[in-house]
Amino acid sequence: MAIFDKLQPVSSALQELKNCGVDSVNVVMESFTAPFEAVINGRRTVLAGTNNYLGLTFDQECIRAACEALQQEGTGTTGSRMANGNYAGHIALEHELAKFFSRKGAIVFSTGYVAILGMMTSLAGPGDVILIDSDCHASIYDGCRLGGAQFMLFKHNDINDLEKRLRRLGKQTENTLIVVEGIYSMLGDRAKLSDITEVKKNYGACLLVDEAHSLGVLGKQGRGLAEEAGVEDDVDFIVGTFSKSLGTIGGFCVSNHPQLELIRCVSRPYIFTASPSPSIIASTRAALKILQTRPELRSRLWENAQTLYQRLKDMDFVLGPAPSPIISVRLKDKGKAVAFWRRLLERGVYVNMVLPPATPDGNPLLRCSVSAGHTPEQMEQICEAFASLQDVAEPPQMI
Amino acid sequence: MQDYRELVVKLCDMLRPFNKDGIDLNEETDLAADLGLDSLKVVELLLTIEDSFDISIPLNILPRVRTIKDFAEQLQQLLSERS
Repeated sequence: MAIFDKLQPVSSALQELKNCGVDSVNVVMESFTAPFEAVINGRRTVLAGTNNYLGLTFDQECIRAACEALQQEGTGTTGSRMANGNYAGHIALEHELAKFFSRKGAIVFSTGYVAILGMMTSLAGPGDVILIDSDCHASIYDGCRLGGAQFMLFKHNDINDLEKRLRRLGKQTENTLIVVEGIYSMLGDRAKLSDITEVKKNYGACLLVDEAHSLGVLGKQGRGLAEEAGVEDDVDFIVGTFSKSLGTIGGFCVSNHPQLELIRCVSRPYIFTASPSPSIIASTRAALKILQTRPELRSRLWENAQTLYQRLKDMDFVLGPAPSPIISVRLKDKGKAVAFWRRLLERGVYVNMVLPPATPDGNPLLRCSVSAGHTPEQMEQICEAFASLQDVAEPPQMI
Repeated sequence: MQDYRELVVKLCDMLRPFNKDGIDLNEETDLAADLGLDSLKVVELLLTIEDSFDISIPLNILPRVRTIKDFAEQLQQLLSERS
């Protein structure tokens, strides 16, 4: 049927990978032997591509909180908060998030992706403008498309380019939403937030920062890049996810703007989807407490990040611009990426293989995310697996 | 109003670095099928055009752009809105 014709290039690309002995989209973690070890293809494998920055997915306090909520409130909410009502846990988590970020309000969404969509589509519609960093995550691009606002890119972290675009907009800057990320998900670099907030103030625009990869990772209290850069007061909206450093699933937005409460009534991604289940909310609340009370996790995360970055650099791999919990090996050709990824898996190390066009510069990446929970032995296994790539045979030629 | 023909000529000039196979560029040239431009390259092209004309081009126009002709028409409209 012709309706499926558009999927043919995808089918060809997957077949090409399979011909190289790689089925990267169908990796199955058959069982877990430790928080960062799973059995893949029958082999014990260290997981170095999880975004589980603080290693909380197996934390006993989080698990206990989830189990209690399951027993007391059941497995799911079976609908949206607008229709089915709020659970006490939803409200409590929103209060706790607002307090943690020292903001007047918070909204919890069902996923991080939904939080971005929910906020962007409600804030910027027809007649408004969205300016996004060109390296922003796909969810931010989707938020632009779904809302109906005009949207434009500025060159990645190029403040002059951002300013130039704001200048061209003239009076429209009052209706402009700028969107950047705390830590960019592919190369692990940070937004130049001090400069961005200065420009934003000069032009009277609104600023939303997605702290998905920086919550629990940056800032003395773990609030993210805005805290680290000392510009929290100049960021209008902070959006984040529970599915990385908090180890669950869900998303949120915090803000001092009183209009945040109205977003609940207009945000279709908030209204027309089921709310997070009680066990998810309970484990997220427990994880948020741990994030605030155990800063040593953040220290350990950064030690591991520095170690892997330095070791890979010493092996002459081309990496992102600075150490970060996201460490990507930048490669020039797809065949090499595939051969390397396969070798790493054979050596019991799982990382993310990211192929263009999902990468910032059109070249493939082997993306690692390190965690506070990685043991010294696991870190060593990751490094040794990368060292073994030097004798990988000539990679297959790929389109 | 910017002359349509001039815009086509300018666009063809700007597309030259992307024309790896050296095909004959004209208003019917398909950016994806003939020049093999993927989404990343289209964005790169867009940024160059924006600087050249000192305008902002919303990405919303991209679904309506398949050929150089489509691009020139969208550009002409944006330039006329600015003036």
